[in-house]
Amino acid sequence: MIKLNNIHKSYEMGSSKLHVLKGIDLEIEQGEFVSIMGSSGSGKSTLLNILGMLDNYDEGSYHLAGKLIANMSEKKAARLRNEMVGFVFQSFNLISFKNAMENVALPLYYQGVSRKKRNVMAMEYLDKLGLKPWAEHMPNEMSGGQKQRVAIARALISKPKIILADEPTGALDTTTSYEVMEILKEINEIGITVIIVTHEHDIAAMTQKIVRLKDGRIHEVIRNGELSEFRYKYSKELQPA
Amino acid sequence: MFDIDKWQEIFATIKKNKMRTFLTGFSVAWGIFMLMILLGSGNGLSNGVASNFMNDAVNAMWIWTGETTIPHQGLKTGRPVQFHNDDYDLIKSLSGVETASGRYYMGNTRYSYGKESGEYTTVTCHPELNTVENMELLEGRFINSVDIVETRKVVVIGKDIKEALFKDIPALGEYVNINKVPFKVVGVCIEPGSTRNRNAYMPVSTAQKIFSGGNRLHNFAVTINGQTLEESQQIEERIRSTFARKLRFDEKDESALGMYNKLENYIQTMRIFQAIKIFIWIIGIGTLIAGIVGVSNIMLIVVKERTKEIGIRKAIGASPASVIGLILLESILITTIAGYIGLVLGTGLMEGINYMMVQSAGEAAQQGETVFLNPTVDFNVAVAATLLLIVAGAIAGYIPAKRAASIKPIVALRDE
Repeated sequence: MIKLNNIHKSYEMGSSKLHVLKGIDLEIEQGEFVSIMGSSGSGKSTLLNILGMLDNYDEGSYHLAGKLIANMSEKKAARLRNEMVGFVFQSFNLISFKNAMENVALPLYYQGVSRKKRNVMAMEYLDKLGLKPWAEHMPNEMSGGQKQRVAIARALISKPKIILADEPTGALDTTTSYEVMEILKEINEIGITVIIVTHEHDIAAMTQKIVRLKDGRIHEVIRNGELSEFRYKYSKELQPA
Repeated sequence: MFDIDKWQEIFATIKKNKMRTFLTGFSVAWGIFMLMILLGSGNGLSNGVASNFMNDAVNAMWIWTGETTIPHQGLKTGRPVQFHNDDYDLIKSLSGVETASGRYYMGNTRYSYGKESGEYTTVTCHPELNTVENMELLEGRFINSVDIVETRKVVVIGKDIKEALFKDIPALGEYVNINKVPFKVVGVCIEPGSTRNRNAYMPVSTAQKIFSGGNRLHNFAVTINGQTLEESQQIEERIRSTFARKLRFDEKDESALGMYNKLENYIQTMRIFQAIKIFIWIIGIGTLIAGIVGVSNIMLIVVKERTKEIGIRKAIGASPASVIGLILLESILITTIAGYIGLVLGTGLMEGINYMMVQSAGEAAQQGETVFLNPTVDFNVAVAATLLLIVAGAIAGYIPAKRAASIKPIVALRDE
């Protein structure tokens, strides 16, 4: 599904060059639930942006569903994003002057779906996430958890292959965080690949695979079977505190 | 493609930012409003002045005599120069002269009818005078060539004379005593552009015969057929040099022979108005540009403010073209509506002024001097200005829109 081969990425910071990703090799299969961890500055968000075609990479190759993603026109990238990827952000990124239903329906607008049809679909997805009574509410009238559920509904409406979530629980309290993770899990169970960036161990522990980044390189990959080990380690880490 | 969604999104942003939209619109509306007022006033002034010129034939020229001030051919200065009937024949025969009328003024002639009497100026003239001075005949006719040939005792009196002597009695066909000689009234006239109509006109031949004027003439009123300033000046020169030779004075002697060339004046005045018009256009366009720069500026800020929103849109699949369309349409919409409002207000104001002037002036509009007439803007100019504004609005919106489209979603979303 996703195949990264020796990805390099650096940013120009005035005269100096900041080398963020120093050769990432990563393979993610269809239907996996992956979390990317790492301290700040380890390049986890950059990696997510490259995966989501929001940013270009300098070196290496990136294949998404068998297609090489490189040097695409903005227009093509926009279409591919719309079809393949759904985004969930830490700060929700809902459009403030649109109500919940309109926000959810927006990706379909860029697919050219008629207004009536996309509003019906948006209501369907809001219903799935238990937000039907909130359809007419504006983002500033909703709680963080509700906003994030609206954002998830928006990510799902275009029936993407991958959901990319950048710190989806970063702005939420523990209970709501777990609710959101529960939703992401359910999404994953219907066969959608879910990749989240997080720095919270308990959140990462709910996924099937953890990719740990350190200084722009993959430090370790913890797989399914090893997760219980990770959980154990993690809880041990917490105990002295 | 008419896309309700696109428009709904534009209206949503406009509604959310009423103040910003108002300021943008205001700068544009003000620009076009001022342009309309400037152009309208310019037109009004130039129409007014042109109509003043039209009181007399535009190509009129007046020639009069005085005393010499430069010694010439052994003759001393201070010698009076006098026109005679043969000079009239001469000027008529000069090339470039279309029509000519001689005039002999008799000041303070006594007019009486019944018990009423008064002193008025008598202008003795040829029928051609009417071509030059465009007199408006309220009743009857002007002096004609038969009157001249047969030295008929007829007179055309001004409206004021008619009112003073005849009151409500019809004057036409009545006999009025002029210095105790009865003359038949054949017409009543007014002079456009003058509030006093106290002149009476009689055939020059009759006057010379009856009032012992001999064959003397005071001045000539002629029309010339010069089209350009140069042509009319040539004709002027020709007349001057011809009379200089015949009446023996120096050609440069301005006081021996005075001339007033209306065409020359008209052309010069119109040139000034042309310059004023150009100036007005420059100011108007400057105002417009200021408005457009305002729009452009505000749209740049809009793009800055909406960076995050644009980032979100791009993340969920908006193409650069759709982002450009969104910003551009908003800019065009604001400039078009605001421009239209400015246009309506500007032309409305000028039409209102015009209407009020017509109302208050009424009959007097034909009489007296006006400096302001029909201060309206050509419809085509108004439409062209609006179109220009819409195009400019599109350009003003395009630069920020292009910038918006090139925003990288990550940059936009990293803003948090």
